[in-house]
Amino acid sequence: MSAVFTLDDLKRILLEGAGADEGVDLDGDILDTDFEELGYESLALLETGGRIEREWGITLDDSALTDAATPRALIETVNAHLALSAA
Amino acid sequence: MTASVAVTGLGVASPNGLGTQDFWAATRIGKSGIGRVTRFDASSYPATLAGEVPGFDAAAHLPSRLIPQTDHMTRMALVAADWALADAGIVPGEQPAFDMGVITASSSGGFEFGQNELQKLWSQGSQYVSAYQSFAWFYAVNSGQISIRNGMKGPSGVLVSDQAGGLDALAQARRQIRKGTPLIVSGAVDASICPWGWAAQLTSGRLSTSDNPDRAYVPFDAAAGGHVPGEGGALLVMEDTEAARARGARIYGELVGYAATFDPKPGTGGEPGLRRAIELALNEADCAPQDVDVVFADAAGTVELDRAEADALRTVFGTRGVPVTAPKTMTGRLYSGAAPLDVAAALLAMDEGLIPPTVHTDPDPAYGLDLVVGQPRTAEVRTALVLARGHGGFNSAVVLRADG
Repeated sequence: MSAVFTLDDLKRILLEGAGADEGVDLDGDILDTDFEELGYESLALLETGGRIEREWGITLDDSALTDAATPRALIETVNAHLALSAA
Repeated sequence: MTASVAVTGLGVASPNGLGTQDFWAATRIGKSGIGRVTRFDASSYPATLAGEVPGFDAAAHLPSRLIPQTDHMTRMALVAADWALADAGIVPGEQPAFDMGVITASSSGGFEFGQNELQKLWSQGSQYVSAYQSFAWFYAVNSGQISIRNGMKGPSGVLVSDQAGGLDALAQARRQIRKGTPLIVSGAVDASICPWGWAAQLTSGRLSTSDNPDRAYVPFDAAAGGHVPGEGGALLVMEDTEAARARGARIYGELVGYAATFDPKPGTGGEPGLRRAIELALNEADCAPQDVDVVFADAAGTVELDRAEADALRTVFGTRGVPVTAPKTMTGRLYSGAAPLDVAAALLAMDEGLIPPTVHTDPDPAYGLDLVVGQPRTAEVRTALVLARGHGGFNSAVVLRADG
């Protein structure tokens, strides 16, 4: 498994764990769109975080999920954890 | 406040037909939906038959956002609610949010969802359990999801009294409408045809162990030996009758009487509560027994419970005093979903002037019932009585009256 968590990884995990709302195009320019605007509430993010942890073998703080308001922020957080665990 | 309350929309998911049209097309001619369990391998269980809703494709009706967080019963409930609202000509987004509520019944919650997550817990560990396990199995989850999907913020809740709950929910909806909420989505969809649900249901001792779909569930037959479980039910749009009339809505019929009673403590020898429930509901409806055109029976399918129901009906209506039917012989017992489906059938019977038959049963004449068997019966149906009993002593009765 590559050590970089990408937007495609996040989109796949979001779809598997929480699906997508009607009228939301995850293939659009979503990097800086708030999760809330994309239709994902805290429980969807909890499920998404759990799946990322399982698949990538990392442990995210609870605050990592609540503080990451956008896909870009979450991807950066995950990659920071991956870099730490690789170091 | 005793405002009159009408049913203006129907949404049906039944083992003998998905959607009101298919359900009624099958029900009016006695077409059964009972067969071998296909949702899981039931071959090693004592009971192997069920009424499963055919052709339900959740992804075709619901956004993918709702699929990972919902049990099978909730998916069917959401779709049935959509259909009921469309049938009533209601676009929820165009109504004030606090003018609409959701009151459903549930007998067991989302068993299949819960089982899947518990299996992940045992086999893989807690980090594999879905975050949605936090609510997806709740008794109240169908009400909650229908409320969220349609933006309905008025009085909402869930009634849990097994089969009787299906009528208790409609009565609670009527209470809230009388208190001033113009519209309530009410009814129930239950579904727990999965190993965990099956194991739980088998403990009732009331499941038929016959493997013959035509003989497994035969209420009021001398050979009655339990029931076949089913899944599905119906959701109804209920409104203040005058408000519904004012907006030009189609009125299927009105809920004019309701009562709920509880059985005496087992072993005390007291009379079961069903007769009182019938009499109290008729009394509230200001309806004499001879004015009732048809009874949709609870039809438990065990000798003791069939006898108790027949005794109550004979006491109120006289021997063979009223046509009685049990379309649930085509679907199995749907727990909370059964009575709302019977209410839908009763309203459709009024519309067509036809009493749907009880199938598979060869009635025991000793019960003294005019059971409509084999063939549907043409009849003017103006007033219908729907009965439902729940495990543990619940008895509920609803009187419906045709509009106008």
